[in-house]
Amino acid sequence: MQLVLEKRAERSTFIALASPLLAIVLTLVTISILLLALGKNPLAALYVYFIEPLTDPYTLMEIAVKASPLVMIAIGLSLCYLANVWNIGAEGQFIMGAVTGSYLAVVTNGSDVGHWLVIVMLIMGALGGALWALIPAICRVRFGANEILTSLMLVYVADLIMDYLVRGPWRDPKGMNFPTTASFDPSATVPVILDGGRLHAGVIVTLAVVVIAAVMLGRTIKGFEIRVVGAAPRAARFAGFKSDRLVIFTFLISGALAGLAGIIEVAGPVGVLQPGISPGYGFTAIIVAFLGRLNPLGILIAGLFLALTFIGGEGAQISMKIPLDLTKVFQGVLLFYVLACDSLILYRIRLIGSQPKTA
Amino acid sequence: MLIVEAIILSVIAASTPLLLAAAGELVVERSGVLNLGVEGMMIMGAACGFAGAFLSGSTFVGALTGIAAGMALSFVFAVLTLGLAVNQVAAGLALTILGIGLSGLIGASFVGQKIVPAPHLYIPGLSDIPVAGKILFAQDGFVYFSVLLVVGIWWFLYRTRGGLILRAVGDSHTSAHALGYPVLKIRLMAVLFGGGCAGLAGAFLPLAYTPFFIPGMTAGRGWIALALVVFSSWLPGRLVAGAYLFGAVSILQLHAQALGLGIPSQLMTSLPYLATVIVLVIISRARGSAGSVAPASLGVVFVPDR
Repeated sequence: MQLVLEKRAERSTFIALASPLLAIVLTLVTISILLLALGKNPLAALYVYFIEPLTDPYTLMEIAVKASPLVMIAIGLSLCYLANVWNIGAEGQFIMGAVTGSYLAVVTNGSDVGHWLVIVMLIMGALGGALWALIPAICRVRFGANEILTSLMLVYVADLIMDYLVRGPWRDPKGMNFPTTASFDPSATVPVILDGGRLHAGVIVTLAVVVIAAVMLGRTIKGFEIRVVGAAPRAARFAGFKSDRLVIFTFLISGALAGLAGIIEVAGPVGVLQPGISPGYGFTAIIVAFLGRLNPLGILIAGLFLALTFIGGEGAQISMKIPLDLTKVFQGVLLFYVLACDSLILYRIRLIGSQPKTA
Repeated sequence: MLIVEAIILSVIAASTPLLLAAAGELVVERSGVLNLGVEGMMIMGAACGFAGAFLSGSTFVGALTGIAAGMALSFVFAVLTLGLAVNQVAAGLALTILGIGLSGLIGASFVGQKIVPAPHLYIPGLSDIPVAGKILFAQDGFVYFSVLLVVGIWWFLYRTRGGLILRAVGDSHTSAHALGYPVLKIRLMAVLFGGGCAGLAGAFLPLAYTPFFIPGMTAGRGWIALALVVFSSWLPGRLVAGAYLFGAVSILQLHAQALGLGIPSQLMTSLPYLATVIVLVIISRARGSAGSVAPASLGVVFVPDR
């Protein structure tokens, strides 16, 4: 007896709709077992994780603040992945966006230059991220170097560049030797849009990005090109779509979005450039992209959901002494189940006897 | 002389986990599977290895638990990518996130505990040779094993029928399948082997490198191991050289800082990553003319048709 995968004649629409829900249910069951093993009441813990953060306006705003960079990065990544381009260095592009955008904030520190500054910073951040993403794109197009590995390597280089700057030339002279730049001036800060929290204007930018991506993918030739090159590279070649140009294009867009998310994070909720500005947003965004099945609206929902696990995890740590690591376990398990369930859309699992049928 | 000796010893200690993890991943990638979860399997190996050694009082049991933990995690990866034909990049990343989280949960109760570090094994006679004897023949078991492991892998890949089949599977799974080789079974073995190696590499850290466990103590070594495999262009011989080069850079960076050489330490630290990108570009350019580069089926999902 053996389990084998069998390709379905056509995608199963029912499973396509049911699979994310099935994945979430399976994850909740797994996590509940784990919570029992840790000696915690699973129902109480799941309430703290998923319901409690939704009952308070402050934590609701925090969820939006947390989801914003995740969604913005994941939208860019989804364009890459749809086109079968594997940018997994969004973390590095996020950091380089934060660094290039912060340059203006650092050099103009103390001289209130006016509110146009933050706009220019955002543009520079997006450019910085895009340029950083251009390196693996060119390595792939010109030399055929695998972009998974190059983009990943550059994450560490970006992290070290930032580390050097905030410990060296950009360090706040009044900062008691802490590795951080001076706090950004108000003119270099993304404004808060609601009182009583940290909800900032960057969230609106993210929503705009979601809408633009949805329109582009569904209604434009470029979106069509991305999907065709990813799904059927041979057909795309016959249609005259240049896959090299698309590699550059998707890397530039995803790099720009990651960079934009980086500078918004630094000029918004964080307010300074310092090590640890990203708790792995660039990597978590990969989960978000897959959980949202590379669809802009799906990514928005997935990003909010993952942000909820972050905020809920913090709450569970405070009120129930549940280790913060459980959030990571949750995210890893969730991605596993999502990927596994998604495979059922294209394949069915068959139990066959050891004698292969001769039909 | 003593300082040089100390530096060489610390380079060996820093290189060993990289070599162990990268050797396993080399076999995995040679079979055509890209498992990006090395970091996750390593940190699980570190946490479970320490737990095993602490509870049993034996380094050997600790090493075995580390291997088992790495293999268990890699089995999850195999079920998804081989059994369910899931995208390997995504599954590998999920594995890393899961490993970091689980190891934190498992290791939490062991933080602050100490164990007796792995004993150094003195090879009679040889270890008495001045300088070289102490460097080469008075190491802990992990160091000897890492070298034996790479020699064994080289021998397997290039001198046995099994190795030839494994490379064939990695270069063209459709051809290997057509010839009647069980592609998925061979890949499963390779993935489990890689998981065991990563687990052992992780276990080395709390069992021999520092005699205690801290969460996240692998500190990106799993990613460096991945870089190393590329850096070595999938050749075992170059892997040893690469592992010691990367290990040496990470140690020299500490000394350069202490000596105040004026080079930013971050530049030194980033050298292995930059070198990997450059090597990758060079070997990819040479593709076609020169022979051995990436396994042709690397990262490509395979679903056998009946």
